[in-house]
Amino acid sequence: MHPAFSVIFLTTLIGVGQGLFLALFTVESYAAFGLLPAQDGRFYALGSAIALGFLVAGLVASFFHLGRPERAWRSAAKWRTSWLSREVIVLPAFMAAVFLYGAAHFTGFNPVLARLPSGAPVNITAILGVAGTALAFALFVCTGMIYACLRFLQEWHTPLTVINYILLGGASGFVMAAALSAQAAPEVAGFLGGWAMILTVLALVGRTAALVRNARLKPKSSLRTAIGVKHPRIVQKSQGAMGGSFNTREFFHGRAAGFVRQVKWIFPVLAFVVPLGLLVAGFAVAAFAVQYLGLLAERWFFFAQANHPQNLYYRAVS
Amino acid sequence: MTQLALVIDLNVCVGCHACVTSCKEWNTSGQAGPLTDFNPYGADPTGTFFNRVQTFEVGEFPNTETVHFPKSCLHCEEPPCVPVCPTGASYKRKEDGIVLVDYDKCIGCKYCSWACPYGAREIDEQQKVMKKCTLCVDRIYDTSLPEIDRKPACVKACPTSARLFGDVHDPESEVSKAIRESGGYQLMPEWGTQPANHYLPRRKTRLRIFDDELVRADNPLKIEGKPLPRPAKSEPSLDDVTSW
Amino acid sequence: MSAVPASVQEVKKTTCYMCACRCGIRVHLVDGQVRYIDGNPEHPLNQGVICAKGSSGIMKQYSPARLTRPLLRKPGAERGAGEFKAISWEQAFSILAERLAKIRATDPKKFALFTGRDQMQALTGLFARQFGTPNYAAHGGFCSVNMAAGMIYTVGGSFWEFGGPDLDRAKLFVMIGTAEDHHSNPMKIALSKFKRNGGRFVSINPVRTGYSAIADEWVPIRPGSDGALLLAIIHEVIAQGLYDRDFLVRYTNAGQLVNLDAKSDEFGMFLRTEVPEEEGCFDPQNKLWWDRASNKPVITHTEGCDPYLLGEFKLSDGTPVKPSFQLLQERVRDYTPEWAEGLTGIPAATIRRLAQEMGVTARDQKIELPIAWTDSWGKDHDTVTGNPVAFHAMRGLAAHSNGFHTIRALAILMSLLGTIDRPGGFRHKAPFPRPIPPCAKTPNTPLAVKPNSPLDGMALGWPAEPDDLFVDEAGKPVRIDKAFSWEYPLSVHGLMHNVITNAWRGDPYRIDTLLIFMANMAWNSTMNTAEVRKMLNDKVSDKDEQGEYRIPFIAVCDAFQSEMTAFADLVLPDTTYLERHDVMSMLDRPISEFDGPVDSVRLPVLAPTGECKPFQEVLIELGTRLKLPAFVTKAGERKYRDYPDFIVNYETEPGSGIGFLAGWRGKGGEKFMRGEPNPRQWEMYAQNNCVYHHELPRSYQYMRNWNRGYLDWSQRSRITRYAEPILIHLYSEVLQKFRLAAQGKGITRKPPEHLKQRIETYFDPLPFYFDPLEVQATDTHKYPLAAVTQRPMAMYHSWDSQNAWLRQIHAHNYLFVNARTARLAGIEDGDWIWVESQWGKVRCMARHSEAVEPGTVWTWNAIGKAAGAWNLTPDANEAKLGFLLNHVISEELPDGKQRISNSDPITGQAAWYDVRVRISKVSPGETAETSPQFEPLKPYPGQEKRRSLWAYMKGAVK
Repeated sequence: MHPAFSVIFLTTLIGVGQGLFLALFTVESYAAFGLLPAQDGRFYALGSAIALGFLVAGLVASFFHLGRPERAWRSAAKWRTSWLSREVIVLPAFMAAVFLYGAAHFTGFNPVLARLPSGAPVNITAILGVAGTALAFALFVCTGMIYACLRFLQEWHTPLTVINYILLGGASGFVMAAALSAQAAPEVAGFLGGWAMILTVLALVGRTAALVRNARLKPKSSLRTAIGVKHPRIVQKSQGAMGGSFNTREFFHGRAAGFVRQVKWIFPVLAFVVPLGLLVAGFAVAAFAVQYLGLLAERWFFFAQANHPQNLYYRAVS
Repeated sequence: MTQLALVIDLNVCVGCHACVTSCKEWNTSGQAGPLTDFNPYGADPTGTFFNRVQTFEVGEFPNTETVHFPKSCLHCEEPPCVPVCPTGASYKRKEDGIVLVDYDKCIGCKYCSWACPYGAREIDEQQKVMKKCTLCVDRIYDTSLPEIDRKPACVKACPTSARLFGDVHDPESEVSKAIRESGGYQLMPEWGTQPANHYLPRRKTRLRIFDDELVRADNPLKIEGKPLPRPAKSEPSLDDVTSW
Repeated sequence: MSAVPASVQEVKKTTCYMCACRCGIRVHLVDGQVRYIDGNPEHPLNQGVICAKGSSGIMKQYSPARLTRPLLRKPGAERGAGEFKAISWEQAFSILAERLAKIRATDPKKFALFTGRDQMQALTGLFARQFGTPNYAAHGGFCSVNMAAGMIYTVGGSFWEFGGPDLDRAKLFVMIGTAEDHHSNPMKIALSKFKRNGGRFVSINPVRTGYSAIADEWVPIRPGSDGALLLAIIHEVIAQGLYDRDFLVRYTNAGQLVNLDAKSDEFGMFLRTEVPEEEGCFDPQNKLWWDRASNKPVITHTEGCDPYLLGEFKLSDGTPVKPSFQLLQERVRDYTPEWAEGLTGIPAATIRRLAQEMGVTARDQKIELPIAWTDSWGKDHDTVTGNPVAFHAMRGLAAHSNGFHTIRALAILMSLLGTIDRPGGFRHKAPFPRPIPPCAKTPNTPLAVKPNSPLDGMALGWPAEPDDLFVDEAGKPVRIDKAFSWEYPLSVHGLMHNVITNAWRGDPYRIDTLLIFMANMAWNSTMNTAEVRKMLNDKVSDKDEQGEYRIPFIAVCDAFQSEMTAFADLVLPDTTYLERHDVMSMLDRPISEFDGPVDSVRLPVLAPTGECKPFQEVLIELGTRLKLPAFVTKAGERKYRDYPDFIVNYETEPGSGIGFLAGWRGKGGEKFMRGEPNPRQWEMYAQNNCVYHHELPRSYQYMRNWNRGYLDWSQRSRITRYAEPILIHLYSEVLQKFRLAAQGKGITRKPPEHLKQRIETYFDPLPFYFDPLEVQATDTHKYPLAAVTQRPMAMYHSWDSQNAWLRQIHAHNYLFVNARTARLAGIEDGDWIWVESQWGKVRCMARHSEAVEPGTVWTWNAIGKAAGAWNLTPDANEAKLGFLLNHVISEELPDGKQRISNSDPITGQAAWYDVRVRISKVSPGETAETSPQFEPLKPYPGQEKRRSLWAYMKGAVK
């Protein structure tokens, strides 16, 4: 597939936003049970604002993917069948939750609504946090399923796609949170840094699993099934258009195989290995910056590696 | 329930591209139009077409088959491009099974094209909406046209009548008979998309000559008093190897 | 979705001209702009179908390559630079008329008119003849004249416009040497029906594309060796007794006795019982057979007699004689399948099997149609018999210097199988069959060219003997292209490919004005392109800035900015086919069907763009201004208002009743072929799908060479002058007459000394195989590969490089090389390579292929373009990646100290496919673009700006 920058930015940016929100609410939850020192509402508000910033940036990027962005509102229509439609609904809902969560913290309007049997207070940010967490996971699932549901894109058609969206988004969000806390809430920096490392390791495992799986894939389709001629040696001579077509632009990465191979080795280093080192060394901001670059490369590779069966029909001109 | 479709006979397709440009010509000024061309007079000209003819070589010299292969939307019975569309712009008509795009609803997200294993959809990069073969839905029901013209433009144009058009659910239709009798098949059956369009394979006619057909009583050489063809005396015979 | 309302549409019928096929089309207009062009279902030729080109007519109509104003080369600008200023038609006409009037008053042959299309010859030929110049021809000489001449000199008809395979009834169809898409839609329609009816289709071709792709069997063959294959098949057919003896006896000259007295002036000629005056175009029935019953000579076709076809006999005066079939058998005796295997690359067993398939199918699957007919000798037949083996062939056989004999061999094979004008075999199309050879003759003396007079004879004709040649006392050519000279005696379509070189060299003389219509002689229609471009721009003296060009004045009429227009002094903008009247005339090449004559018209459906004017109008206007007799009254007044008026009212002679259109003649349109002019004739064509179809009675539809009813009808209709039977010339006396002249025998003219050997060798009355002349002159170890071209279906017979839709399909071309051949040369798929012949080299990209014979490389022709031509951007694929093979093909071959055309020595057919090349990978670092490159052309005044994006929709053109 052709890696479109709009989609690369969309998925990586909202991933950070989702992960960051999850990190914030994790801190709040731990704090509610006294497992972490309680933080000032401004910390959550600032974090939510940053998360929202990533989400808005992702949303903006997504518009560049649309031919007719002015009609984007229509895309909520088919939520019963389309993961894309679901994502379109869940993303704003999640953004609303993040906004409200941050606003509640910022304004300090955080009345206790109920109490758990243990006596722990359930206030409005907790409700918003749970809702936001549910939406964040829903959004990960939607985003992942957009790709994972395309069954003939075999590189994507695996639960690993969804898992990795969660892990990669989560890791980048927690690294971001660690970076943020280093400045705004040093008491939880260690906690967040720890989780950032755990998630980064898990993401490394998940992504490596996908790489291993994909390296072993056997394409289900071949020229034999594509044109229905049973012969071991079929070679295309002409695809019917010499100046290129939508089919040659949308479904091919257009780079040399060597370049793709390089990206395949570079992105795990940037997205996982180097950030882990930087986190250990306590450079959380740098860790985030490098990891985000790594994720851009990872997402580029995610698209580039996906070999669409239509490509069987677009191999030669003459 | 009706399922309109094309049946493409690779046995007679000579790869002339008549279906390609007749489709472009009808549709660029039709409901799907315009079908934009970029760099029409410059480097790497490229435009939107609903139908392409491709060429494949099968086998190795001298046992080579050259296969011309027209490809357009296959109007799948289980079209994977339809459920993924977030706006409902992509839909399959209940009444005749044609898969269409509502150009007023399409947001140009290209997701449907990702969901099509055949590469049948092409975005119009000037109109910014997804387009594809409509089976000339704006011709086939047009009662102001004479009956014989109510066919997709490609079917009408095809000089070898390699393109048959009809209802593949009607067992008595020309297309169903062709599929049944000539071994019609679907593309990439492994994905379960159930394409409505079918392809008919190459068929070979062979001739067998028996030796006795070469030496007959009415051989004209006889009239001339000439000996009939017979093996040279020097060719091997049983006399060379046995004496009983 | 609702249907587009049809009420806004207007539908006009006319005839396509996107190629030379001439299908009926319907042009659907919305607000006067073209919305859709489809096939006319009521048209006999295409029956409603349409091809890729026809469907892209819109993009031709609105192409930015169109010329819209007459243009004059800017003073001081070089030819080829394309620097023009726009002028008025009045200026254009006065420049031309003034110049031509002077030429006509002094030496009319200094004006040469050559046209790219041969379906307008009735008018262009008339103009040239009226002008008085012998220097006129269409593109046949560089296209397929061998196919026309080889077949017509043998069976009295040929393929495409003149006849074709009857695939409705054939059981076995053999296509040999037919490029991609010849005879486009009718062939496709027929081929598809044939295959669906279970017919067996064998394609013999070095390349498997197009029609060959769907063949049941592909027989790859080395280019130029088809003659060897056909002779070996003939060998096998005769050896197995698989020929149709009855057919040969009655309908060919197989049984006629040939004089073999080596001392006689009549050596090699048929014996005649008496020697009456014989015109060159018919063949009296005064030859002899050796009767089997009485064992003595009898007049052919004597009732109750049956001749020997084999054997040798002595007349009572001791003259040794043999039936011509015996000579044929002797000729092919050594042409065994094993011999042919070495030349063709086809296994001997395959050749033998092909011969047997043909022979057995013809013999055992006979068709008997219950159609009673009477032959020329008065014998009644209750049925028409068919031997269902059909053939089609074209340039693959023709465009070789040995093509004439190859095609004679094919025609003879078709005759041996008994398939001529019979169901399931080869069928004629009116006005064919013609006598062998046809009656039209050129003058035979330079005295026929006189100032201020029409040419005394036709510019093109069919020589029957040396005395018909168009040469002077010394045997030197009268025509600029040396057609009908001893160099190429039967060059019945001229040699357009040598006109520029000859005129540049002044051999046989210099000319003043060259008028080219619709031919790209500075690019894909010429051989040796780069040099010919220099010749066009060459001055008599290099030092003289104002020096006269070697070809002093060049006028070009074309609808598009071709490479050729750049070399013109005067450019005349032609219309497209949608803007003009045209006729597909019986005087020319009509669109007849097997069942009878058909002619048709083209009607304008749009007003001309800009100041475009149809070339016919230009000719009529010029003819009128020059006061050529056919175009003015006795008083010298304008006779015809315009072309449509000319078509209606012109008669070949005053009161002849024969005009350009055969249908709806007579005052009320009640007559066919002959009749007074009908003022409503165009209207009647318009009401009838632009077609007049005269279906013959069934008994006249077959065996027309010898069908008394048909021949009488044809004579009464003045389709032919003679109603004599047209016996098939297995053995060609015409050729023997030239050979005798070369041997110094007889009273005819004799060839000049240096050509005697050539005439004696090649004018063999029976076909024989020789390596193509260029191959004989090539070190084939150095240049081992044959290089051939074909036009792709989507651009066949058309100038479609500028068509926005079609050029997306073929934007540039590759050289197809058999994968094994390529790898041996170290060439990978897609590599840039050099293709080199002994004449020149081009740089191009290679594409591996398994569908090409290993000794052959090939490419799509005329995809490569000069930068900026056709109003494409200079960086267009056509100019940067596409290439033209013509650069490695020479228009001449060395011939001792002289140079001679790279053509068939009999017909002058351009030997495009004889070239031998070698291929090699380019050096590292070489530019990845085609070579040679030329200075980019700029758009001319009046040309539309080219768009960078086009969303064409009806009504959205401007």
